[in-house]
Amino acid sequence: MIAKLRSSLLAPVLAIVVSALLCALILLLSGANPIDALSVMISQVGEGQVAVDIVNSTAIYMIASIAAAIGFQMNLLNIGIEGQYRIGALVAAIVGSSIVLPAPLHWIVILIVAMVAGALWALLPAILKVTRGVHEVLSTIMMNAIAFGLAAYLIRRDQFGILIGNNVSTEPIPDSGLVPGISLGDRGTVFGLVFLAVLAAALYGMTMNRTRFGFELRASGLSPTAASAGGVNAKRMIVIALLSSGAIAGLIGMPEILGRDHAYTLNFTAGYGFAALGIALLGRNHPVGIAFGSLLWAFLEKSKSALDNVGVPREIATIMEGLIVLSVVISYEVVKRFDQAAEQRRVGRALGTVDPAVLPEAAK
Amino acid sequence: MSMVEVQPGIPNAPGGGAMTMPAPAQRRTLPAWAWFMIGVVAVVGVLSMTSYLTDQPALTSSSTMQNTVTLGLPILLCGLGGIWSERSGMINIGLEGMMILGTWGAAFGGLHGGPWMSVLVGALMGALGGLLHAVATVTFGVNHIVSGVAINLLGAGITKYLSTLIFEPLSSNPRDSPPVEQFDTYSVPGLSDWLGDLEAQQRVVISDVAGLLRGLVTKVSPVLVLSILLVVLTYVVLWRTRFGLRLRSCGENPVASESLGVNVYLYKYLAVVASGALAGIGGAALVLGSSPSIYSEGQTANRGFIGLAAMIFGNWRPVGTLAGSTLFGYSDGLRLSSGPETVHALLYSAVIVAGLIVVWQLFRRRWTGAGLAAAGAIVVYVLYFFTDELPTEFLPYTPHIITLVVLALAAQRLRPPAADGMPYRRGEGD
Repeated sequence: MIAKLRSSLLAPVLAIVVSALLCALILLLSGANPIDALSVMISQVGEGQVAVDIVNSTAIYMIASIAAAIGFQMNLLNIGIEGQYRIGALVAAIVGSSIVLPAPLHWIVILIVAMVAGALWALLPAILKVTRGVHEVLSTIMMNAIAFGLAAYLIRRDQFGILIGNNVSTEPIPDSGLVPGISLGDRGTVFGLVFLAVLAAALYGMTMNRTRFGFELRASGLSPTAASAGGVNAKRMIVIALLSSGAIAGLIGMPEILGRDHAYTLNFTAGYGFAALGIALLGRNHPVGIAFGSLLWAFLEKSKSALDNVGVPREIATIMEGLIVLSVVISYEVVKRFDQAAEQRRVGRALGTVDPAVLPEAAK
Repeated sequence: MSMVEVQPGIPNAPGGGAMTMPAPAQRRTLPAWAWFMIGVVAVVGVLSMTSYLTDQPALTSSSTMQNTVTLGLPILLCGLGGIWSERSGMINIGLEGMMILGTWGAAFGGLHGGPWMSVLVGALMGALGGLLHAVATVTFGVNHIVSGVAINLLGAGITKYLSTLIFEPLSSNPRDSPPVEQFDTYSVPGLSDWLGDLEAQQRVVISDVAGLLRGLVTKVSPVLVLSILLVVLTYVVLWRTRFGLRLRSCGENPVASESLGVNVYLYKYLAVVASGALAGIGGAALVLGSSPSIYSEGQTANRGFIGLAAMIFGNWRPVGTLAGSTLFGYSDGLRLSSGPETVHALLYSAVIVAGLIVVWQLFRRRWTGAGLAAAGAIVVYVLYFFTDELPTEFLPYTPHIITLVVLALAAQRLRPPAADGMPYRRGEGD
């Protein structure tokens, strides 16, 4: 147990330390003081609404990275989350504003619409993958671009857009469709849909580890040939995995829309989809790992404006995110090789087939 | 995990990653360049016909062609980069990030030297991105796509950081660099004017061909010449030298290459670094080709990925990639040199192409294929008939939509390198 924990924690910790050191080096080279930058990043958490903002963003990142993790479990790289959540949010905002239902029912309908729209945006890449063999990375990137065009078109004022102040948005969703948050006074308001993220993480963990579907999904990811020999229909699994990933992705915009913006606006936050891929890698597709990864990511994103205030370019946080992703995948490989070599040594010793003197040679 | 997964049952499918199956004899009656010429004639024919029937001379005007060249070159260079890397068995999704690094490098180089310095520093920055990808994937065995995604994140982050640090004091805008010096352009004397006269006469086909040709010989930038040389160079080095044979063997069956004494790691490193350098030159072409010629944030707009699509369209070969990037450059360039109505006329071209496919499928006695193509032609024609122009919001995404269509139609006939994207460790082959 301890060994297992050690090997699963070693890699991310190593990665974060390495990337922090590299960022410190970059800061030094560009003439800034890394210690100052770090202390600003940490002290900002206590100020104003930052802590609540971090909690809210963590929830959104969690939903996003669960969508990514569902794909990863099956060796599918769903880069299309970015487009799927944009379309999901937009369609949900349009539908939500045009119907009136009693409170809980109204927002449940909105959430379901968002999931369906997100899944539908993933449908074409899924079909192209299983019928035409088009890699999902390329098709979903193209779908992302088209989603931006479609969203810009649908929010035009002769389509579904209206002008509120200086901002074009969809019709606001009536109060019955909004999810009440937890107000902490000056500290801000925690989105009610934070609990949706927790629920999604729990359901995801349960499905992957406790159901036949999750088992088949992971099996297809680990070894497609073994899985299909075991009677798993690979094409069906690809379609289901991409659609469920898209459905979860559809929810990403919901905490902000139902908890704060009340409509899809031109300023709709972009970029959660790409961050999601990094966080899912960081958290090794594990719900708890994803939660911590999301927290780290939310913290880094929030520290950007604080860094600006002390004259450090905010992009250092972006570089740090990129470095974390790269070093985390590298350190997983390194730790994996180290563990494999240790395992080989252990087996070799137990069987007595390997002469201890030549072990370093064999462990290479 | 190659970019296009060949379906089982197709003759060329790699048997479990190793090249255990002999490649079936290719029944190719004409050499590649002849097919290329036939393709060019067909495309020009379809465009002339559309331009005549829809009364949209901009479809084949010389300014459209010039825009095609300007916008197609970055895609072409990225596609060539993709060929280098994937022929050695390394998937390079990070081309986009390397291209972003290249755009920054080009602006930085341009500020400290002439346009050639732009190209050089752009290539260097791209090569650095390639080196990072190589370290992660070759040395540490990280999944190629994962590493590529990380490099895209990192490339965007580093350039934003560097641009805030270095360009902001000069241009007082953290997102833009000051304009850099562009290449002088050259027009072929005599020929350019003569073709211009022909184009102005608006005769069917002749004026169309003249317009397209004129776009190629007027205001030629050295970047175009360099890129064409790089296409030739890529072909010669990869397919006509010992070095290229070894490099490609790493992409087909690295274990076999290793057994013949090839230093697979070294070849993979060289290929991925070259790939990054080409993507960096692509970034430089983007900076030098935009007006004003500046680095600006978000400039690449997924062109690295479109370059990969062009490479797949071209079946991992240089001339095919050239054709693919012309297609994407054209669909992008048309939007710039003309209005939404002209892009709308492309729907008409699609109808003509679908019609040709129907005839071809009937000729081959494939009734379902002909039926599907006919249905597609009717749907597109109805769409064309009932709309006057495409919504302007969609125009920037024309290349993306075309990419999807092309990938959907083309993917199954392609043959990626057999070990593309497969993990390889020295001495662990079976």
